[in-house]
Amino acid sequence: MMSSHSLVYLIALPLAGAAILLLAGRRSDKWGHLLATGLSASSFFLGLYQLSLMLSRSNEQRPVGQKLFEWISVGTFNIDAGLMLDQLSICFVLLITGVGTLIHIYSISYMSHDPDRRRFFAFLNLFIAAMLLLVLGDSYLNLYVGWEGVGLASYLLIGFWNQKLAYATASKKAFVMNRIGDMGLSFAIMIAFATMGTVSFTGVKAAAEHTSTAALTAIGIMLLLAATGKSAQFPLQAWLGDAMAGPTPVSALIHAATMVTAGVYLITRSNFIFDAAPTAQLLVVIVGAITLMFGALIGTAKDDIKKALAASTMSQIGYMILGAGLGPVGYAFAIMHLLTHGFFKAGMFLGAGSVIHGMNDEVNIRKYGALRKFMPITFATFGFGYLAILGVPPFAGFYSKDMIIETAFNSGGIKGIILGSVTLLGAGITAFYMTRVMILTFTGTSRWDEEVHPYESPWLMWLPMAILAVGSVTSGYLLSHGNALVNWLSPLFESHGEHDEFLPPMVVSGLALAMVAIGVAIAFLKYSRSDVDAVAPSDVSIFTTIARQDLMQDRFNEAVFMRPGQLLTSVLVKTDEAIIDGAVRGVGRAAMGTGATLRGVQSGFVRSYAALILIGAVALIAAIWVVVQ
Amino acid sequence: MTWLTLLMALPLAGSLAVAALPKTNEKLVKQTALATTLIVMAATIAMALGFQRDNVELQFVEKYSWIPFFGINYALGIDGLALVLILMSTILAPVVVLAGWNESHGGRWSVKTFYILILVLETMMIGVFAATDVFLFYVIFEAMLIPVYFLIGGYGTGERSAAAVKFLIYSLFGGLLMLASIIALYVMSGAQGGHTFDLAALSSLEMSSTTQDLLFLGFFIAFAIKAPLWPLHTWLPDAAESATPGTSVLLLGVLDKVGTFGMIRYCLTLFPEASKTFTPMILVLAVISIIYGAILAIGQRDLKRLIAFTSISHFGFITMGIFAMTSQGHSGATLYMFNHAFSTAALFLVGGWMISRRGSSTIADFGGLQRITPVMAWMFFLAGMSSLALPGLSSFVSEFLVLVGTFTRYPAHAVIATCGIVLAALYILIPVQKALHGPTTPGNENLSDLNLREKIAIAPVIAIIVVLGFYPSPLLKVINPAASHVIAQLGFNDPVPTNGSK
Repeated sequence: MMSSHSLVYLIALPLAGAAILLLAGRRSDKWGHLLATGLSASSFFLGLYQLSLMLSRSNEQRPVGQKLFEWISVGTFNIDAGLMLDQLSICFVLLITGVGTLIHIYSISYMSHDPDRRRFFAFLNLFIAAMLLLVLGDSYLNLYVGWEGVGLASYLLIGFWNQKLAYATASKKAFVMNRIGDMGLSFAIMIAFATMGTVSFTGVKAAAEHTSTAALTAIGIMLLLAATGKSAQFPLQAWLGDAMAGPTPVSALIHAATMVTAGVYLITRSNFIFDAAPTAQLLVVIVGAITLMFGALIGTAKDDIKKALAASTMSQIGYMILGAGLGPVGYAFAIMHLLTHGFFKAGMFLGAGSVIHGMNDEVNIRKYGALRKFMPITFATFGFGYLAILGVPPFAGFYSKDMIIETAFNSGGIKGIILGSVTLLGAGITAFYMTRVMILTFTGTSRWDEEVHPYESPWLMWLPMAILAVGSVTSGYLLSHGNALVNWLSPLFESHGEHDEFLPPMVVSGLALAMVAIGVAIAFLKYSRSDVDAVAPSDVSIFTTIARQDLMQDRFNEAVFMRPGQLLTSVLVKTDEAIIDGAVRGVGRAAMGTGATLRGVQSGFVRSYAALILIGAVALIAAIWVVVQ
Repeated sequence: MTWLTLLMALPLAGSLAVAALPKTNEKLVKQTALATTLIVMAATIAMALGFQRDNVELQFVEKYSWIPFFGINYALGIDGLALVLILMSTILAPVVVLAGWNESHGGRWSVKTFYILILVLETMMIGVFAATDVFLFYVIFEAMLIPVYFLIGGYGTGERSAAAVKFLIYSLFGGLLMLASIIALYVMSGAQGGHTFDLAALSSLEMSSTTQDLLFLGFFIAFAIKAPLWPLHTWLPDAAESATPGTSVLLLGVLDKVGTFGMIRYCLTLFPEASKTFTPMILVLAVISIIYGAILAIGQRDLKRLIAFTSISHFGFITMGIFAMTSQGHSGATLYMFNHAFSTAALFLVGGWMISRRGSSTIADFGGLQRITPVMAWMFFLAGMSSLALPGLSSFVSEFLVLVGTFTRYPAHAVIATCGIVLAALYILIPVQKALHGPTTPGNENLSDLNLREKIAIAPVIAIIVVLGFYPSPLLKVINPAASHVIAQLGFNDPVPTNGSK
């Protein structure tokens, strides 16, 4: 691998921004946001520069590495602080810094009335730095630092307004559920070191060939556990909806475009493990399939615009995970959907933020309506995102989602038919709930309160939305034109020959579009023809009730983990005092030969304790003497 | 040059200087104490610069006959392990003095007495790690109880006398068992070539496995009380609850490390076979401590008790790393001892400032501090992140080394212990949420943020936590040779990669 001296600046610039803003405190209130935005943009341009260098080299010469210093070295456990930029990580670098910079710009205006705007920008920069470390680290342990770093940034940003207790709780929930996933990453690293003696990507890749399937499967399953936490996949999905407590730009950047896709990165990065561990791969596919349906179903019942979008994110990442589980063919498609999703979902979240901004912080879509007239730019940019996520040609999702559906069908046998059907059905449900959001927000009659006066957002906010909308329109075509992304990534992935074609692409596209049309039609019939209630109706079916409660995910976790855990804790606290300490006190009392409690005899009897101890000592020494002789 | 004696003499001289000062001039007393601890720290660093990293023999060796009749020597010497722990102690001392500038007020005795006790304790902290004569070690080990007993009982809060007595009884009991073992060793040495208390000489004694097991237990129980291992831990929460924050830092940060230090220096060196015999049992106790300490921490309502229970969990990690008998586990455990001192110091000191301002140590009495006292809240948060071993902070490196080092030999133990990282997130984030987030709890509106002295005191602690997170190499290079030496002496090699075939 060629070495580079400049990779570290990609991370160092935003990291310095975070440090300066946090250490300077209020003194940097006036210019902090500008510095943070500038540093994020600088990272983006550095990323473009790196891309241009890569393009000028041949395929094999493209990956570059940089060793910074020796981090941990004990025995054969030698970890350098090292970075690696290859065809896969450059995609993420540009996504993170590109979308990240747009969201910095958007936030200048969005957060302008917040007294803590500087702190917000410090956290954003911290996030960018940690996320870049996640995708640039050259070993699993370096990745781990970024992995928990983005978790920290996410925690700080979800709880940005943590003076509200519910928001503080949401941030804690996200951190704890992520830690369960992180445990999986720890296990994966430990197993890798115990079996292969290395945890660097190149080392593990080389060693994987000689490693037993059992070990690779164990590593793969643990990596999947890590991915489910970070990417809000079943069964660790429950934190994402609550994470919407964070300011909307955060939802767009961290909880839609970048951090939550880290699980997809981890799996594609570990392709050499999953390719050799079919069982782990199958589990990946199952998790993806379950989550894509899970998120889609929740999405149908959400009245909070951000939570509807969050459910959609969960579902769309389900598609990516499923795609990644269909490697080696699926890896590139998962990444393609990840990139297009980064554009359209970030765009829609910013659109939602624009709506929320114009509607006095109202998030309930039942209280919207007819906003098309008041917010034309928001409507247009959101609309492009909507068409993209539906997969209407030629918008971005059409290319990326169809590839995953196609790959699912082509994965063969019953499995292919089931997976293909699930992805198709998911596309239909997606069309339904997104159309519902679209109709309730932008069309029909207005349902907002009298004191609300919706207005279009200022240019600092709509400009990033417009740029992302351009991405929502064009990115799919650009990435798939001449198989651009697939070819770009191909040196990283083993090619295992072509799969049999189960259905021709045209048929898949036709089926997908039919499903989308059905979903859209149902939504129109349900929400467009009659007036929508400004208050969610309560006389709904049991299914709607369950979907509104996020398919009972919180109730399940509370009943199965939280309450038993709390019970165990309180029982242990009591027994620690009563039994363990009690036993010790009892022994103490017996030794003293007195019935008085420790508390009763304390200070005055210290001398008699000492005497007793001396007697005991003599007795013990005598006993040992006997043994020794 | 007699570096180690000099290091021990300096704080003692400082305590004499303090004793000579008038009782009424409290400021001068504090300044003298602070100056003394700073000089000791500088001297320790100067000594450390002359330490040969790759030399596994004891360095800075001194030996003078003390009680010739019994073959007792005043013998000192350090390896990488002892050096790191002495560094840790002497860096913490000035931090504690500066951070707890006012915590000696309102004690049973004068401010002057408080600092005399602290300085005398510092001498002993250095001596206990440097001693290479088993009897000298024992004397210091027991003598340390006296200043700590008075620091808790005289300057603490709440039921300080009861807590101090409980601490003393536990420790004396452990010390008694150790004394019995030491005397037995001494007697045996007489039969095998001459009475001695010299550690190196005693480690080559011939003894039956039963004898070795019994004597091992004498030492081990004493150490397992010091670095509380479940179920010998119940004195610690009481002591930490009653002691002043500074005392707690020295107690948990330094004194308890004598326990884990002793396990390596005495248990493993003197009784290699018995160590192997008892390893399975000790590992189980360590894993129980990790999980049990974490769960108990989650259940605490008192901030100081909570921090004490997190330490019980951390001592479980250290003990597990020691007895995993791999270079990663061993080096990790040693580094853990150092790192734990600073993250716990940060928690106790900042927690102590919160408590003294609020006049309560009940977590529920806080609330919304993030917006009232942002700097203090941030410091507490950072200390908490270090305690839960966030990657990028120092404790992550040591905790992960312990886990990976344990996993290669004892995967099941490592797997259960790893669950502790989820519990750690809970025991930190629950108090963080209750104390720092949410609306302002009535009674907190007028709390003041950290003053300059407090910021200066906490800054080096935070700096160490952050810098060692990214760059632990300087310490690891000192620790590794010593750790590998111990492992090799016991006849262990690191497990080789299995490629998954069992």
